[in-house]
Amino acid sequence: MISFSVNGKPVKVDADPGTPLLWIIRDTLHMTGTKYGCGIAQCGACTVHLDGNAIRSCVTPVSMVSGKNVNTIEGLSETSIGKTVQNAWKDIDVPQCGYCQSGQIMAATALLSKNPHPTDAQIASAMDGILCRCGTYNRIRSAIQKASEKLGDTK
Amino acid sequence: MNRPIAPSPSRRKFIKDSTVLISGLVIGFYLPMKSGRAFAESMQSKTVYPPNAFIRIGSDESVTIILNKSEMGQGVYTSLPMLIAEELEADWSKISVESAPVAAVYNHTGFGMQLTGGSSSIPSSWEQLRKVGACARILLIRAGATTWNVPEDECFAEASFVIHRQTNRKLSYGSLAAAASKLALPENVTLKDPKDFKLIGKATKRLDTPLKINGSAQFGLDVYLPGMLTVLVARSPSFGGKLMRFDATEAKKIAGVEGVYPFENKIAVAASGFWPAKTARDLLEIEWDETAGSELTTSKMRADYLALAKTEGNIAVSIGDASGKINQSFKTVTAEYELPYLAHAAMEPLNVVVDLRKDACTIWTGTQSQTMDRAMAAKIADLKPEQVEIHTTFLGGGFGRRANPRSDFVMEAVQVAKLIGKPVKVVWTREDDTRGGYYRPMWADHIEAGIDAEGRPLTWKHTIVGQSIVADTPFEAFLTKNGIDSTSVEGAIAMPYSIPNLEVSLHSPKNAVTVQWWRSVGHSHTAFVVETMMDELAYLAGKDPIEYRLSLLSPDSRYRGVLQLVAEKANWNQNKLPQGHAIGVAVHQSFESYVAQVAEISLENGKVRVHRIVSAVDCGIAINPDGIHQQIEGAIVYGLSAALHGEITLEKGKVVQSNFNDYPPLRFSEMPSIEVHIVQSNQPPTGIGEPGTPPVAPAIANAVFALTGKRLRRMPFDQEAFG
Repeated sequence: MISFSVNGKPVKVDADPGTPLLWIIRDTLHMTGTKYGCGIAQCGACTVHLDGNAIRSCVTPVSMVSGKNVNTIEGLSETSIGKTVQNAWKDIDVPQCGYCQSGQIMAATALLSKNPHPTDAQIASAMDGILCRCGTYNRIRSAIQKASEKLGDTK
Repeated sequence: MNRPIAPSPSRRKFIKDSTVLISGLVIGFYLPMKSGRAFAESMQSKTVYPPNAFIRIGSDESVTIILNKSEMGQGVYTSLPMLIAEELEADWSKISVESAPVAAVYNHTGFGMQLTGGSSSIPSSWEQLRKVGACARILLIRAGATTWNVPEDECFAEASFVIHRQTNRKLSYGSLAAAASKLALPENVTLKDPKDFKLIGKATKRLDTPLKINGSAQFGLDVYLPGMLTVLVARSPSFGGKLMRFDATEAKKIAGVEGVYPFENKIAVAASGFWPAKTARDLLEIEWDETAGSELTTSKMRADYLALAKTEGNIAVSIGDASGKINQSFKTVTAEYELPYLAHAAMEPLNVVVDLRKDACTIWTGTQSQTMDRAMAAKIADLKPEQVEIHTTFLGGGFGRRANPRSDFVMEAVQVAKLIGKPVKVVWTREDDTRGGYYRPMWADHIEAGIDAEGRPLTWKHTIVGQSIVADTPFEAFLTKNGIDSTSVEGAIAMPYSIPNLEVSLHSPKNAVTVQWWRSVGHSHTAFVVETMMDELAYLAGKDPIEYRLSLLSPDSRYRGVLQLVAEKANWNQNKLPQGHAIGVAVHQSFESYVAQVAEISLENGKVRVHRIVSAVDCGIAINPDGIHQQIEGAIVYGLSAALHGEITLEKGKVVQSNFNDYPPLRFSEMPSIEVHIVQSNQPPTGIGEPGTPPVAPAIANAVFALTGKRLRRMPFDQEAFG
C-alpha cells in the first residue's frame, strides 16, 4: 500500500510501485482532469503539483509520492491563486480543444506561486514544456500576465 | 452547460429520423416511436419544447442546443448556438449545449452524413440553424398570443420572453414551452436582416471554457465504464507488415493482464488499466514479416517522386499552351518542391470506448465522422446501424485525423470488443498515434514558369506528385474526376492570378503508406508551392511582391481586400525592421475564405526564427470575431509546426519518428506575435478552421528569401542550416 494525499484527501493505493502517478490518478482514482499526451515528459499534459512543485506525473513512479501531497486540476479552485489563474484563463478565453489546458494551468499556477510577477522570459521558460497543438500559447501568456496583475492587486 | 456526453437515455430513445419538410428545411421531431411510457415520463419530469432536434427548452428556462458538429477546439459549441440564439431571441446566459446522437436529421446539409470537416460547420449551418431558431421563436410567440388571446403580430420575442407590445405583458419561454410544443410548425420563416443581428458579429466567450479550465470537460479517454478493460494493440511496425508468430508468456505474467488476443494481423492486450496493458504489450515477443514495406524508404521515395514530377501527369487544367510558351518567355524559372508526410499529432491520442452487447453497441469517442463510424461499427458487430449508438465526447484535437474515411480506429475498437466480450477502452499510445499512418501525403512538385517582357506571367507548367487521399475510400466517387483527386490539386488549379498559359498535371502513385486529410488538406501543400513561385516571379520581374500580386488579380477579386489589409497592418511599404529581420507575404483562398499573411523572420543559430505574423482574413460575415481570431492563431501555429519542424520519414516501411521528442510541434518559446484582422463583409460566412494554415509556410519562405537570397523549396525549413 502506498499512501499519499490528493487535493488534501488521504488516499491509499495497492499498485506496482513503478506505476506512473498519472495512471494511478486516472485509472485508479478516476480523476480524469490530468491528461495523457506522450508518456515521456515531452508534452506536460499530465502536469500536477507534488508538494507545490509542477511535475510530470507520466514519468513519476507512484512510489515516489509516498507520504507527499499531490494536487491536481480538480482541486485547483480551492486555492486563491488557482482560482485567480482559472479566472484569467476565462477572461482571455484561452482553451480551444482544451486537452492540454489542465497541464498548462497547473504549470502556470506553480510558476505564479513561486514568482507572482514573472518576466516574459520566465514565463516562456516555465511554459516551454507544455505543448498545445491548437496554438493557444499567446493567450496563455496573456492569461498568466493577467493573473499576475490580479495577484499584485491583492497584496 | 451539460456535459456533451450521454444525454439521458430516455431522451435518446425518441430521437428518430422522422422528419417534416418545411420550406426546404428539415426539422426532426422527438416522437415516442418505441416506448410511449418512457416518453410520457420524460414529459412529466421536464417539459420539453420544441419538438425539434436542435433545441430543447425546459420549464426551468434552460435552452439546450443539440449540436451535430464535433467540438475539437474550433469553437462550434459556441458559434453554432449563436446562430440559433440569434433568431430564437434566447437569453444567451441560459444556453447550454450537448452533442447529438447519430440520426439522419443531424446530417451535414452538404455532405448528407454526420461529419465535421472541410471548415464547413458554419457555412453548412448558416441557413439551417437560423431557420431552426426562427421557427421555434414563431411557435413561442404564437403560444404567447394564444394565451393572452391577442393577435400574434402584437407580440414579439426578446431575451427568452414573449412580450405583448400593447400591454407589456410578458411570458417566459419556459412557461410557454409546453403550449408551443403542441403547435404545428410554421410554413414560412423569415430570417433577420443582418443589420438587426444582436449576437452574430459580437465577440462571444466560448461556452466550453468553464469546463476546460477545471478538468471537467470529458474527452474520449476520460470515459470509464464498470468492468471495462483497457486495451493496447500491437500493430505492424512497418506498412504492409504481416504478423507471423508471437509469444505472450512474459506479457501474461504482468499483474492486471486479462488476456492477449491476436486479430486482423494485430495483437490486443487487455488489462485492468493502461499501465499493465502497456507493460505487457512491451513484453510481447512478435515476429513480423516486413518484406512488403522494404521499398518504402524516404530518400528513395523522394528520388522517385522528383523523377516522376519531371514527366507530365494526368491533366487537371490546361489553358493556352503552357509548354509551348516557355521558349517565348522573356525570363523563366524552374523549381522543384518537396513536402514530407505529416502526422496530425492531436494532443489526445486516439481512443475509443466500446460496450458491445448481443443486440446493441454503444461507443464513446471523439469522432468527426459519426455516420460512417456507426456504419462500420454495425458491420463489424453484425448489427443494424440503428443498434449502434455513438456518444461524441469532446475531441482533444482533430485536424482531420478523427474523420477517417475507413473508420480505422472505431473499426479496430469494435473488433477488439467482439474478441474480448467485455466493455473495452482501446488506447493508442503517443507512439502508436505518431506511427499509425493516415498522414498528410508526401508531395513533390515541379514548376516551369516564364514571364513576358513587362514581367507578367506568360506561362506556368506545374506537375504534382503525391498519393490520393480519397483513392479506395467512399469519397473517391465524389472527389475524383477523370483520374484527378480534386484534393490533390486544390489551390493549384483555380489560379487567381492572370496567367494566360497554364497547365497543372497530377501523378497519384500508390503505396502502402496510409494517407488522409490534414488541416487544410491539399492547400497545405499547394499554397506553399504556388505562393513561393509567385514570389519568385515577382522578383524575376523586379516588382514588389504585393504590388505584383495585386496587378495580376481581377478588380473584384476578394484576394485584393486581404492583401491590401495585411499590407496596411504590417506596414509593408515603410517597414522599419530591426537589423537582420525581413518580411515575406503570401495569400491563399481555401474553404471559400481568403487569408493573407506577412511573416517577419530572422536567423538565430543558423535556423529560421519567426517573430511576427500579421494576418488578414475575409471569411464573409464574422459570426464570432473572437472565435475567428482563435482559429487563425491556431491555424498559424499548426502551419508553423509543419513549416519549421514537421516531418514523418520512413526507413524500410517503418516510421522513424515516434513521439514529441522527434516529431516536435511548436513550443511556447518559439511563438511569434500574431495579429489577426478581419475584413468587414456582408457575404455569407465561409470556413475558418483551416484557411489560416496554408499561407504560413510560403510567407516564411518568402521572408527568408528577402533576407538571405536563398529560396526554400523543401519543408520543413529546419533542414536548412544558414551559415
